[in-house]
Amino acid sequence: MTAYIIRRLLYALPILIGVNALTFVLFFVVNSPDDMARMHLGSKRVTDAAIQSWKQDHGYDRPLLVNTAQQGAAVFTDTILFEKSIRLFLFDFGQSDSGRDIGHDISQRMWPSLAIAVPTLLIGLAVNITFALLLAFFRATYLDFWGVVLCVAMMSISGLFYIIGGQFLVGKVLNLVPISGYDTGVNAWKFIVLPMIVGVVGGIGSGTRWYRTLFLEEVHRDYVRSARAKGVSEHLVLFRHVLRNALIPILTGVVVVLPLLFIGSLLTESFFGIPGLGSYTIDAINSQDFAIVRAMVFLGAVLYILGLLLTDISYTIADPRVRLD
Amino acid sequence: MPFQPVILWTDALIYLLLGLAMAMVWYTRRYEHLLQPWRRVAGSRTGQATMVVLAFYLLIGLLDTLHFNPKTSDDANGKPVYSTEVLSLFDVIAGPLRTQREKTYSSPFSSHLFSKENVEQADGSLVRDYPRLLYGGAHLDADGSGRAADIAWRSLSGAFNGALAWAALLILLCRFDRRRLHRLLMGRMDNPWHIGAWSALGLIMMFAALWELAGYYHVLGTDKVGEDVFFQSLKSIRTGLVIGTVTTLVMLPAAIMLGIMAGYFRGWVDDFIQYLYTTLNSIPGVLLIAAAVLMMQIYMSNHADEFNSLTERADLRLLFLCLILGVTSWTSLCRLLRGEALKLRELEYVQAARAFGVGHFRILLRHVVPNVMHIVLITIVLDFSGLVLAEAVLSYISIGVDPATNSWGNMINGARLELAREPVVWWSLLAAFGFMFTLVLAANLFSDVVRDAFDPRLRQQR
Repeated sequence: MTAYIIRRLLYALPILIGVNALTFVLFFVVNSPDDMARMHLGSKRVTDAAIQSWKQDHGYDRPLLVNTAQQGAAVFTDTILFEKSIRLFLFDFGQSDSGRDIGHDISQRMWPSLAIAVPTLLIGLAVNITFALLLAFFRATYLDFWGVVLCVAMMSISGLFYIIGGQFLVGKVLNLVPISGYDTGVNAWKFIVLPMIVGVVGGIGSGTRWYRTLFLEEVHRDYVRSARAKGVSEHLVLFRHVLRNALIPILTGVVVVLPLLFIGSLLTESFFGIPGLGSYTIDAINSQDFAIVRAMVFLGAVLYILGLLLTDISYTIADPRVRLD
Repeated sequence: MPFQPVILWTDALIYLLLGLAMAMVWYTRRYEHLLQPWRRVAGSRTGQATMVVLAFYLLIGLLDTLHFNPKTSDDANGKPVYSTEVLSLFDVIAGPLRTQREKTYSSPFSSHLFSKENVEQADGSLVRDYPRLLYGGAHLDADGSGRAADIAWRSLSGAFNGALAWAALLILLCRFDRRRLHRLLMGRMDNPWHIGAWSALGLIMMFAALWELAGYYHVLGTDKVGEDVFFQSLKSIRTGLVIGTVTTLVMLPAAIMLGIMAGYFRGWVDDFIQYLYTTLNSIPGVLLIAAAVLMMQIYMSNHADEFNSLTERADLRLLFLCLILGVTSWTSLCRLLRGEALKLRELEYVQAARAFGVGHFRILLRHVVPNVMHIVLITIVLDFSGLVLAEAVLSYISIGVDPATNSWGNMINGARLELAREPVVWWSLLAAFGFMFTLVLAANLFSDVVRDAFDPRLRQQR
């Protein structure tokens, strides 16, 4: 097991290098630092001196790959590639273009993201499984048919509609909770409730439909038929046999997204004014802060790979038939 | 010529797509086994109804694709001078809808502006009141009375015209055969064509009524700068369709080629291709799109003089968005195809071909590619609705289409803050969501039908 995990971590390394190379090409080769400086300084008639000083302030004045002006190891370390890209491997995100410490910002901002994402995931899971079991129990009836139709209809509604509609209905018409904002500590709950409800409701359509297919796949298996032939009652079959076996793909599907919960949802957070990592990224996109976008791309890739690893491990725990070696 | 044709980049790709689709139809018609799954699609009631809706959207999208520069005048030598403004055939058909601009917001079917202004009375005094609209309901009496009756009458006459057009179309399709027409409408054909026919009637009547009314009112109101929302929603159809189809088109060659090569050749080819798509896949999609679009914005702002017109620039941005969405979405299809090719390469007929000394390229082309096409088709149809929805989200976080492009995302983005107004400006949002919902719902239902018809595994279960 340990050997497997170590091997998988080693496999992850070339992928991270690939991600890093991709972001490097995207951010420094497609557009030179001069272009970025010009973008930031705004107007078209920017003096060269202003560009140079901007680049110097943000550490973009180094050569891209090889610094011939330096001696020894500094030939390679005093370059943009090393300072801005390779340092990411040490989780040293450096400073944002507006001069803030990205690492510190991330450690601060991931908590609000988690506070929204975790309850949304858990409650959404419970709701979706409940509905899916209900549909599977009433399979091949009108209830099942119209349930699926409702799911497809709910899937077809834009996520923006759920957010805007939820804000309008709960926040403005009913006036139950504040429309957007955030608070520290326990007081945050009233800001969390609405995004959570919106997230859960928005996910019901696709979630329920997907879990229903998983349940139906299990319902047609041989062991279910034998259980029924033995005289086990239908609800016992559903809860003891079908649910347990269908939980394996459900749980592993959830594990993949667990690490990504840190990043939060870009859309929800910016709509509800949650100071999490999602709105951090949006703000960076809108203010064209490349350092932050670069850091978030790398962080996202790391978390995704971590999720894949966790999935493989959770397989062995949930399903004794799977062995990793 | 009174106009000069313009082919934008996305137009060219749409024409290419149309050509491919026609070639596919022509090829499919020759082989019974290829025709079979399509028969199942036509045999499904949901398939019939959704195809009508999709065809309607497609028609408007295509009309909006035929672009040209109108002629403004002749110069001294009698040579025509063309405007730099790019219009589409749809703009011409819509005519007044495009040009009749109000001052600012007005609610659907309203004859007065949404906000109060200083209105000059006949005796020269100023009164703070809601002024009349320039075009919407301008034919009504001074006090705007008789509006309800006018709306009812016009929608009835519009619907009646629509029904006439529908009947004419149907008679033409049945080649003037009365019995055939009767069988069709009563559902006594081998496929449920009557479902398609009746849903077409509903759709045409509704649209014709709206279209008739749109000449006299702003049926879905006007937006902040006074543009007709109904017109905007219809114009947005093209953007949605382009995002949904061109994205898949541009990623298809890479996905098919790499996926099949990985599964067929195995070894280092497989390792390399797997590495490629795992790397791309491990970056969360939105972030990759954000990064790429940011870079493109810089490029465009630094090379602003390379674009002839705003339309061209917006169009290139749309194309680039499709490319980026394609880069993030080809990996799943590639993985599916790799798995399928892994299975196919071990099958007897492929083995036999290899034993006979058939080259790799030929085997791939003749034996592997045709046998994975159903997966490709299912993926195209399944991806469509997701891409249409993604466009709105991306436009909202300002990494989507150009702000000058008509799109549902831009409409939502422009109107979302207006819900905070009192009274609420709801029509822009609702129109965008409504049009998007109809398209996506139809696409979702249709994709289920296509999947059921094409996936051999699902067929065996039944």
